[in-house]
Amino acid sequence: MEAEKRSRGLLKVDVDECKGCGLCVEACPPHVISMSEKLNHYGYRTATYVGEGCTACGICFMVCPEPGAITVLKAVYRASDEPGRSLRAEAKEVACASN
Amino acid sequence: MSSGLIAEYEVVQGKAKSFYDTYERKDELQHQTHYCPGCGHGTIHKMLARAIDELGIQDRTILVSPVGCSVFAYYYFDVGNVQAAHGRAPAVATALKRSRRDSIVVSYQGDGDLSAIGSAEILHAANRGENITVIFVNNAIYSMTGGQFAPTTLLGQKSTTTPLGRSAQHEGYPLHVSELLATLEAPVYIERVALGDNKQIAQAAKAIKRAMENQVKGLGFSLIEVLSPCPTVWKMQPVQAQQWVHDVMEKTFPLGVFKDRTKEAHVWPARDAAPPLETIPEILGVAHEELPEGKAEMRAQVKDVDLHVRVAGFGGQGVLLLGEVLAEAGLDAGLEVSWLPSYGPEMRSGTSNCHVRLSKEPIDSPLVTVPNVLVAMNEPSLRKFDASVKPGGWVIYNGDAFPEDCVREDVHVLALPFTQVANELGDTRAANMVMLGALLEMTGALPQESVDAALKRLVKNPRFVELDERALARGRELYRNSAVR
Repeated sequence: MEAEKRSRGLLKVDVDECKGCGLCVEACPPHVISMSEKLNHYGYRTATYVGEGCTACGICFMVCPEPGAITVLKAVYRASDEPGRSLRAEAKEVACASN
Repeated sequence: MSSGLIAEYEVVQGKAKSFYDTYERKDELQHQTHYCPGCGHGTIHKMLARAIDELGIQDRTILVSPVGCSVFAYYYFDVGNVQAAHGRAPAVATALKRSRRDSIVVSYQGDGDLSAIGSAEILHAANRGENITVIFVNNAIYSMTGGQFAPTTLLGQKSTTTPLGRSAQHEGYPLHVSELLATLEAPVYIERVALGDNKQIAQAAKAIKRAMENQVKGLGFSLIEVLSPCPTVWKMQPVQAQQWVHDVMEKTFPLGVFKDRTKEAHVWPARDAAPPLETIPEILGVAHEELPEGKAEMRAQVKDVDLHVRVAGFGGQGVLLLGEVLAEAGLDAGLEVSWLPSYGPEMRSGTSNCHVRLSKEPIDSPLVTVPNVLVAMNEPSLRKFDASVKPGGWVIYNGDAFPEDCVREDVHVLALPFTQVANELGDTRAANMVMLGALLEMTGALPQESVDAALKRLVKNPRFVELDERALARGRELYRNSAVR
């Protein structure tokens, strides 16, 4: 939990769209993307967020040749009393689902 | 972070709206592009889609996709799409932009498409300063077809057609398209960018957006050349290919802005819209007042006719005009007609002939290979076509005596010195109309009023109209007085 708190960003990879070219791994400034051990449906190793350290700079998205393989999310901080807006749990789910 | 705050995540970078959600292509693969892993096309597509999104022009963007790997760009972009013949995208884009002036037209081309087969199209579109955006993806090779050498292939670079590497001696030097086009006056913005590293990619995205913006502002022609990796054909890993763009390609193709007139460029006033379709006949001077009812009536009066006419002679004898008047008169009388000229490049003293068909039924072919009327304005033409005349058909020959070796038992012949007759009327050039007069009288196919109308439309000088009318009348008279029936 502490690790996630520190991350300003979050990375979502669509494993069916990623072709495993590895450009994002090379491009990521904080080096928080790696290639998966598991192969996807089409036989590619896919980009995987290591789970922490994303700064939401968006460079991985920019170098990725697939239109929707990578989605970059950025943390915004709001007062906790704002009702019904907590997406933190949702973001966590996203992170789990994509890795 | 204080305990009073919680983190929420918002998407900052995601699939552009200008892409379709799913791609209508092969069954299983509707979720990804057809490009190879690490291909530059996908990256450039994303930059373009992002620019379209940001400028809010998705509804009026038309993407012209080329021949090459990006031929299928229409599977991905949710904009207007036209796929052009090899190299012709700038010409297609010109037409689109001129006929739909509010549209934003992007010509997306590879280096084989743009710099080889399409070199003329891009040169002239740039020189005309068409208000379009060209994305020129340069990977120094023909990739879709498996790696043949392109005009942009680097010196020493191996390809399937330069297996020992490109040599300047045999294949010339790499073509620098951006530099070349930047020598023209009209283009507004030409920049070469690359996909060699993060910084370069960011710059490429900026340049593409600027090129689109220029068009939105109406400034004129913008071209962005993108040095783009092709890992598959270069036989490299994607990261290695990216590195090659940066370390090797860039040495031959230096990056930078080669032309930027965006500040001083003025917005041309929009070209006038094309005139409405229904006004075109009037503009061309072919308006028929009595269409279509009057024609139908006249047509009913015209007797059954199926003329296959071959008119032949020297260039300058009025062969084509004879055929044209005949066809135009047929058109005026409500018949189906065709007129097909066939001539050499000479304006005078070459040979010339034309095919004319007139029929009440739709015409299958405008070619007349077996004429039922041959109008031979000189002896060589007679010799050339005499044998082709259908048995029972007619030969109208311009000459004193019909050559004996051309005589056929199964055709009718009217041989008279028409040129001399025309000379007596005041001008030898009217010989064609004397012959036409004889033809009209012989076939009785067309009402005189249609012939008069045709003559007035095709012959602008009233002096010649008068002469031709006399010539036609004389031709009719000659036929009536002749012994041939």
